[in-house]
Amino acid sequence: MSPRDTSFHTSGDTLLDVRGLTVRTDDGRVLVDDLSFTVASGERLGLIGESGSGKSLTTLALLGLLPDGMTATGSVELAGTQVVGAPEKRLTAVRGRDAAVVFQEPLTALDPLMRMGRQIAEPLARRTGLRGRELNSAVTEALVRVRLSEPDRIARAFPHEISGGQRQRVALAMALACDPGLLIADEPTTALDVSVQAEMLDLLDTLVREREMAVLFVSHDLAVVAKVTDRVLVLKDGRAVEEGPVLDVVTAPRAEYTRALVAGARKLESALDLRSPR
Amino acid sequence: MTLPAAPLKETEPTESNAPVSRRRRSATLWAGCSLTALIVLLALLSLVWLPFDTDDTSGGRLAGPGDGHLLGTDKLGRDLFTQLMTGARIAVQAGLGSVAVAALVGVTLGVLAAFAQGWLDDTLAAFLDILIAFPTLLLAMLVVAARSATLSSAILAIGLAQSAVVARLVRILVKRVLARDYVTAARTSGTSWPRTVAGHVLPNIWPTLVVNLALQFGLAVLAEAGLSYLGLGAPPPNASWGRMLQEAQATFTTAPAGALAPGILLVVLVVGVNLIADGLRDTLDPATRRRRT
Ligand SMILES: Nc1ncnc2c1ncn2[C@@H]1O[C@H](COP(=O)(O)OP(=O)(O)OP(=O)(O)O)[C@@H](O)[C@H]1O
Ligand SMILES: [Mg+2]
Repeated sequence: MSPRDTSFHTSGDTLLDVRGLTVRTDDGRVLVDDLSFTVASGERLGLIGESGSGKSLTTLALLGLLPDGMTATGSVELAGTQVVGAPEKRLTAVRGRDAAVVFQEPLTALDPLMRMGRQIAEPLARRTGLRGRELNSAVTEALVRVRLSEPDRIARAFPHEISGGQRQRVALAMALACDPGLLIADEPTTALDVSVQAEMLDLLDTLVREREMAVLFVSHDLAVVAKVTDRVLVLKDGRAVEEGPVLDVVTAPRAEYTRALVAGARKLESALDLRSPR
Repeated sequence: MTLPAAPLKETEPTESNAPVSRRRRSATLWAGCSLTALIVLLALLSLVWLPFDTDDTSGGRLAGPGDGHLLGTDKLGRDLFTQLMTGARIAVQAGLGSVAVAALVGVTLGVLAAFAQGWLDDTLAAFLDILIAFPTLLLAMLVVAARSATLSSAILAIGLAQSAVVARLVRILVKRVLARDYVTAARTSGTSWPRTVAGHVLPNIWPTLVVNLALQFGLAVLAEAGLSYLGLGAPPPNASWGRMLQEAQATFTTAPAGALAPGILLVVLVVGVNLIADGLRDTLDPATRRRRT
């Protein structure tokens, strides 16, 4: 199957079905405007847009985690559960199991006072029911799987004691520990330098393919999105301006905004060459 | 002596502190612990042994040291050192009890207030402000009127007054932590609210909270002495330092020991716990622990 062909994926079960998602602040500003898209199980969708276009808010709205003072309307169906307006209890059950998030900034997404091992153990224990020594070895295994070379030291470390790249791997391990149907990655590589960024993308790509996990990959960098996704949704000021298979969007952008984005995409050519074959 | 009119401070995490040397840090903590331990030992000893009975008036009025009376006697002929020892016990009890009440009520209220939204948030915040503005003394009189002048009444009154301060502090701290990414991250992985609070929120406010509670301990000891001075504390024959001060006031010029001794111990205990609070602030503050970012 050619990488351009996404018909296989879109024919899978719909895991995430977003219809008319709108996020408003209490004072009436519309931050996400009538957004609709779907993610099939195993499919990898890119969400792209400039800074402030509402990408992070969209990901938070998908899990019912908007900050105070914002409300979502429309419909978000995640693995058959309606998220918009759902009671907290139902949301807690959905989060982690059906979708987990890797955040933009790994330092702030990790509890500064908790050792890495415990932060991973928490979702792991909830999902698997493991305890004690078995849980510890599962944690080590999770750290090895994200290619961390000193898993035991890192399990005992606090966030400030490890590097940014290591933190982001730990954050990825935390999200994967939930074994979610959908992995939401909110610019997981933006805070990293270029070489680490490439490794991280490669890792994410490999792990996600291994598990046949669906991915919603958020970025402002078209080159990055092109590397790890099949389909892309372009967002501007909270509104979708274009959607389609990633190569179509890259080679023949329809919207004005996307054209500008493509023109500005850093080292797009080389990134496309890097795109791993399937 | 005036009642310490609740200048109950809120401690903020000092984020831009110049790093304190490890040695100075532990020196403060050590000094505080030593001073406090002195009083705590006296208090513990009083539970198992006292030189005289608390109501033994056989010593002769206002006698000087001697005849088994280490520091002499008061105007009723009771042994001063014995009273100091029971006073130490009452002071420590008052401090611990009040802080326990303040922590229990304050943390609970503070966490609830942090989660409350809209009108409930406003109402709780206003309620806490009113409670803080309400004088401890007046509250104590109300509690004493409703119950009776006992140590537990004093503890309840002081603890309740302090719980408002603790609650307001906890509310601010919790709100701040709740806005952090790691809380959202925990929530996205399906951690329930109670577990998030227990696992992430409380540990992260703990360093600031514990320092504040140590300060509250010192303030509670002073407040109890003040209430006892006014006759609103533990009734005789339990000698509270505050009551000793009050009783010795009239004879201060002829027999200063009766007022000086409890006064000095009061200062030792309060300075001790304040030094502990200071030392804890430096050792527990994540900002000083967290070097690299
Ligand atoms: N807590 C908040 N309260 C009010 N407005 C907010 C809040 N968080 C975000 N916004 C606004 O919502 C808009 C979208 O923000 P969002 O964080 O989703 O952007 P983004 O696309 O993720 O940008 P970036 O690429 O910089 O991460 C921005 O205009 C931002 O100012
Ligand atoms: Mg963002």
